[in-house]
Amino acid sequence: MLPDKRGRFGIYGGKYVPETLMPLLAELEQAYKEAKRDRAFQKEFRYYLKHYVGRPSPLYFAKRLTEHLGGAKIYFKREDLNHTGAHKINNTIGQALLAKRMGKKRIIAETGAGQHGVATATACALLGLECVVYMGEEDTKRQEMNVFRMKLLGAEVIPVKQGSRTLKDAINEAIRDWVTNVRTTYYLIGSVVGPHPYPTMVRDFQSVIGKEARRQIKQAEGRLPDYIIACVGGGSNAMGIFYPFKRDDVKLIGVEAAGLGLDKGSHSATLCAGSIGILHGAMSYLLQTPDGQIQPTHSIAPGLDYPGVGPEHSYYKDEKFAFYTAVTDKEALEAFHLLSEIEGIIPALESAHAVAYATKLAPKLEKDQIIIINLSGRGDKDLGIVFERVKKGEKNDHKKSI
Amino acid sequence: MTIKKVFKKAQRQGRRVLIPFITAGDPDIETTKRLIFAIAQNGGDILELGVPFSDPLADGPTIQAASQRALKNGITLKDIIELVKEVRSQIEMPIVLMGYYNPFYQYGLKRLVQDAAQAGINGFIIPDMPVEESGQWFKYCREYKLDNIFLIAPTTPIDRAKKIASKSSGFIYYVSVTGVTGARKELPQDLIENLRQLKQITPKPIAVGFGISSPEQVQNLVPYTDGIVVGSAIVRIIEKSKTADEACAQVGKFISQLAQATKIKN
Repeated sequence: MLPDKRGRFGIYGGKYVPETLMPLLAELEQAYKEAKRDRAFQKEFRYYLKHYVGRPSPLYFAKRLTEHLGGAKIYFKREDLNHTGAHKINNTIGQALLAKRMGKKRIIAETGAGQHGVATATACALLGLECVVYMGEEDTKRQEMNVFRMKLLGAEVIPVKQGSRTLKDAINEAIRDWVTNVRTTYYLIGSVVGPHPYPTMVRDFQSVIGKEARRQIKQAEGRLPDYIIACVGGGSNAMGIFYPFKRDDVKLIGVEAAGLGLDKGSHSATLCAGSIGILHGAMSYLLQTPDGQIQPTHSIAPGLDYPGVGPEHSYYKDEKFAFYTAVTDKEALEAFHLLSEIEGIIPALESAHAVAYATKLAPKLEKDQIIIINLSGRGDKDLGIVFERVKKGEKNDHKKSI
Repeated sequence: MTIKKVFKKAQRQGRRVLIPFITAGDPDIETTKRLIFAIAQNGGDILELGVPFSDPLADGPTIQAASQRALKNGITLKDIIELVKEVRSQIEMPIVLMGYYNPFYQYGLKRLVQDAAQAGINGFIIPDMPVEESGQWFKYCREYKLDNIFLIAPTTPIDRAKKIASKSSGFIYYVSVTGVTGARKELPQDLIENLRQLKQITPKPIAVGFGISSPEQVQNLVPYTDGIVVGSAIVRIIEKSKTADEACAQVGKFISQLAQATKIKN
């Protein structure tokens, strides 16, 4: 069973944090262990997932997209239909319940796209907890509506003006707040990143996605899928759907953001183009200079715009439990338009990366093969970004291929 | 001189050890070199030399900004080791590198201890490497006789503090506040009590840091600690100075005021 006692997945993971936080991490580990075994806690978690989030999310057969691509059957795991519009809420409810159990009344979180911030603010409103969200200043501009949503939900949003003013800097600032207010504050991390036990905890809370998908595909097709495709930024929606299939003969594919292109150096494809290092409390793959400075990243999808990745994904990559690839901004945008027009589903730009890879893979497969795409979020939050692009004349490029 | 000897000597002289911090390469490597001499000549006992990192998550705004300035000029760990090598023959003051784990890891841990030992670096402080993660690094440091200084925080339980104290060499770095680095007007109420408790569990020298910014604060801590780290307050002087001459003169002046304050009064 991984992680091991030291919070390691092979060489990855661990607890690389200032000493001030070490006792707290031990406390968190213990609290989580107890909560995991506590039936009442699990029952409460399941209750909220069902009645508040709206789970199980449907597994939807994308008939028109399947026909259009002319290959494997494509199913969507509809995390976009969750309350707040993405998979993030599964984890925030789990951790907010844990925080409450630990007697912490102040929750802090970081957010990139704003989805995790919104999901955290929502869970805090639901459970009556104080909520402070750190968000890179750059992201607050890109995702203005999500900032407003968080404020409506009663959260305080602090724009981070340090460094590249994106997700990694929001995490730095959240950790600084945590170190300062460690006795009263719970840091609610939004992905399978950070020091142990976060990667495990977030994976466990998100693995409801994979557990449901497993049951649902068996019901629909009488068997497991051949492929599962999910986008990877920090990697929580991917790990959530991968993990319950880890021991099966199912090919797991993580799709990273190639931004303007891997050769252009302006991307966020950590596993495809990174090297091993230590950031935000864990050893994992990183995008960094040869001197070990963290590199600026880029993706059209703010939720993928991060120079690190969950340690368990690094382990999966090395052990070949999963295969990781990347698609460009342009490809993701084409998939965004395609899915909107052909299925009536406007996906999050993050999820559009998974869809983009599927459009390349599906035509090469047999018609009786099955792909599940984790549609991790909906695209409402991205309308502004896409609107700007369309105005600039990058619209409907995919039509040439239809 | 070794770190151990510096503490012994200070004890004999009836004063505490002053440990100034500056970020290497802020604003440039040449100024850093001159600052090292200014610090040594004006009463700095051990220099904590910061290795800049793009994401310094244990540091407040002052040192974050210093790291950014240094990185803008393209400073690397290799340059910093070279710098220490250059000044080593001219000063006795021990120099410890303070930096985040990733740049050290990329340099190669074995290569780093070899090069550091050869350059005359005396030890390391790595704030994001707790004892649990220090296995291999700890062995290398021991092999090359480099001090590995661990931190103890106000949140550290006493049993854990004992374990950290037993692993730490040179001195033990006590973090005065729950928080990041940065000058503070007031230090927490329980600091003195925490230092008293720590004194009872280890014979090793203890230096206290984070938030200490004035000679008055240094004076108040003198009865309870063996050493005192001052960082952000010095970095701020460098930040405000318009020229290298001004930075060296002002930092020198401040160091000698701090050094005055380290005397134990009877």
